[in-house]
Amino acid sequence: MTMAERFALSRWTIKVAILIACMAVPLVVQSNYAMRVIIYIYLYIVLALGLNVVMGFTGLLNIGHAAFYAMGAYTTAILMTGYGLSFWWTVPIGMGLGVLMGLAIGFPTLRLRDDYLAMVTLGFGQIVYIVANNWMSLTRGPRGIPAIPAPTFELFDWRFVIDNYTRYYYLILFFVALTIFACVRVRDSRVGLAWMAIREDEDVAAVMGIHLGFYKTLAFAFSAALGALAGSFFSVFQSFVSPNSFTILESVVIVTIPILGGLGSIPGTIVGAVLMIGLPEVFRSASEYRMVAVGAFMVLMMILKPEGLFGKKLFQTTYKV
Amino acid sequence: MFWQQLVNWINLGAMYALLAIGYTMVYGIVKLINFAHGEIFMAGAFFTWWFMTTFSIPFPVASLMGIMLATLLGVGIERIAYRPLKDAPRFAVVISVLGMSIFLQNMARIVWGAEFQVFEIDFGIPPLLIGSVIIPFKKIFILVTSLILMVALSLFVTKTYLGKAMRATAADREAAEMMGISSNAVIVLTFVVGSSLGAVAGILYAINYNSIDPFMGFNAGMKAFAAAVLGGIGNIYGAMLGGLLLGFFEGAGAAYISSLYRDAVAFAILILALIFRPEGLLGEFKSGEKLKAR
Amino acid sequence: MSLLSVKSLTKVFGGLTAVDKFDLQVTAGEIVGIIGPNGSGKTTFFNVLTGMVAANGGEIYLEGVKDNLLTRKTHEIIACGISRTFQNQRPFNNLSVLENVMVGGHCRTKAGILSALLALPGGRREKRQLMDQALEVMGLFGDRLISMKDRPAWTLSYANRRRLEIARALVSRPKLLLLDEPTAGMNPAESMQMVDKILEINKRGVAVLVIEHDMNFIKKLCHRVVALDYGQKIVEGSFSEVRNHPKVIEAYLGKD
Repeated sequence: MTMAERFALSRWTIKVAILIACMAVPLVVQSNYAMRVIIYIYLYIVLALGLNVVMGFTGLLNIGHAAFYAMGAYTTAILMTGYGLSFWWTVPIGMGLGVLMGLAIGFPTLRLRDDYLAMVTLGFGQIVYIVANNWMSLTRGPRGIPAIPAPTFELFDWRFVIDNYTRYYYLILFFVALTIFACVRVRDSRVGLAWMAIREDEDVAAVMGIHLGFYKTLAFAFSAALGALAGSFFSVFQSFVSPNSFTILESVVIVTIPILGGLGSIPGTIVGAVLMIGLPEVFRSASEYRMVAVGAFMVLMMILKPEGLFGKKLFQTTYKV
Repeated sequence: MFWQQLVNWINLGAMYALLAIGYTMVYGIVKLINFAHGEIFMAGAFFTWWFMTTFSIPFPVASLMGIMLATLLGVGIERIAYRPLKDAPRFAVVISVLGMSIFLQNMARIVWGAEFQVFEIDFGIPPLLIGSVIIPFKKIFILVTSLILMVALSLFVTKTYLGKAMRATAADREAAEMMGISSNAVIVLTFVVGSSLGAVAGILYAINYNSIDPFMGFNAGMKAFAAAVLGGIGNIYGAMLGGLLLGFFEGAGAAYISSLYRDAVAFAILILALIFRPEGLLGEFKSGEKLKAR
Repeated sequence: MSLLSVKSLTKVFGGLTAVDKFDLQVTAGEIVGIIGPNGSGKTTFFNVLTGMVAANGGEIYLEGVKDNLLTRKTHEIIACGISRTFQNQRPFNNLSVLENVMVGGHCRTKAGILSALLALPGGRREKRQLMDQALEVMGLFGDRLISMKDRPAWTLSYANRRRLEIARALVSRPKLLLLDEPTAGMNPAESMQMVDKILEINKRGVAVLVIEHDMNFIKKLCHRVVALDYGQKIVEGSFSEVRNHPKVIEAYLGKD
């Protein structure tokens, strides 16, 4: 066996090992609290990987990702409580609506520069929050939508309800696997290459035949679909949605994950999620200071190691402010 | 009734204008939006309030101290979040300044609590009566202060050496440096002027609404940014015009369409402006500079 | 047979006319050199030709394309058959050398997002073909680029970055290749190597428009030379005709 073959095999074994470990988690972890934290970590992995497509692959700053998250969550909440739809229908519907929202934000912002884009996406996220908070007839505003039923499988007489941590764990694990799968596939594809070329130098990318408008909008749409997926899970897991879960702060927290882990890196983003969500739980008592730490961290990170833990060396461009 | 409302709208517009000027000035020189500008607005109000309530310092002195402290904060922000990243890709600066903004908002929350604090100033002067319109003195105070500052700024920028140095650096940094104008010094100066105006805007805002909270800067900041963009980013008169227009639209929108969504008006205007006329009403882009990427 | 026909092309920046009613004809298989002092509009011409900058007037016709090329969007131009390199070297820094070259082939491939997500065999085949084509084009420079194929572009030496840009521009099998100062910063030996490479490329049927200041290079390489000054064409002809023309000398050295 050559070195390369051995290396490929060892990577494959690592992946299988990780998969087995993940499947075994509920058997090993006894505490409900720990399960809850782990599930949240997985949820943020989905969110962060979705954002990574737009920010890490395509290089577009989006500080309003919570808007897509909200779209999925509210779609599931409203359709399940108001119309009795099964969870499994609300997921693709939510993702579809998320895509529309992604188009809505991607299309008008195609030619905006980083800082303007950041501001606009911030504003967009804020608009979604304001609408969620005020459209009483649809979202019940700040009171939120409670009593969202658990997802169920029904086949003839057999009924399987996802109503304990173990089952929710496997559900989110499935979503995470789906997300990673989609992101890796797309990263290694022609589309992914086009996105990364845009990130590196969009003027040259255009001259090389890449339709900027199309690919940027596509990135937003793809990212939005994943955000909505996370939202759908969130609303059934919590059984309750309210606008408070979808503030700017939420978007910012999501943004810090790929930054910490390395913009554009899928494993980096995953590690980033574990750290960003897991660590504060370890320091539970200091949760007051969590946001302060997030802010300080963002500044320090950019000064010290802007490419993140596993990211590419973004400073190696000749491009300056 | 309309005239009564109009007074409010103009007041609102004046405050947005002051805050927008800070954004636009910094942008003109550093070519970057200062996300943390809203926090200076908040700091101006909070520091003043703190001096008044904790040390019983009278308002005039407290406000001066508050402005100075907030301006110092502004300079500090430049030093910490901007200067080390002078040669970095733009997005790094955006994230850094955003982080600074988050840090400051939440520090304020930890120190002073997340609740609204009462900010009460008794001028002791009865309201003005014009026809059926009652204008409380504080509104007059706000309006007059804003106007004076805008005029003063206008004179500063056009007539004084420092003001011209700022405009030169904004127009062409390298050429200005070759003339002996230190761009670092000009940047600091810009932050000083922009921050002090922002701090004043914060105090006026507090006077107007009789309350302050740690997140007031974020909201007002976004709107002021929208105003700056609407009027033409980089153009001080644009900021003034944009601020006034925004105050008008937000007020009118809230009064005649729906008050629930008043905040959304500003964001909607921002997005529309960026789509249809990114250079703003009074702005024009020189051939090299653009809103479009790279 | 006319490959490229530029008629009265004009580009104005604010008060400055960078390209002034420029006419140019290029026949298939030709190598045309474009010379002129700095600021004479050469790179601007390339920018307009490739759609990076909008023109203010004139028309451009390319063989095989019905309408005025100026009405096309930027990303469509390479599909029509024109690709370029850049004066100030713009590789995709964080992408590998191979990935850089593959981007050049984007317009000749078509796999979309569905193909990506479902890993359709058509998409995978297309990618493999593109990789093979990229490696073949990189092979033009011997082992220099191929040996670095997985390294990020920013680690490349100056000369290799130039080669990378050329490879990237060639993958799409252009009819016309625009080279913007390909030998800037090279020593005479390297410049001559570049001449050979470009001749090789030309033999494969690619017409070349090259902007250069190195007269030796132009002399050895070009069939025809065009001289610009202040955005206007001042002389056109063979190398010796142009080189010794009084207007050209005046443009470079100034009036007495």
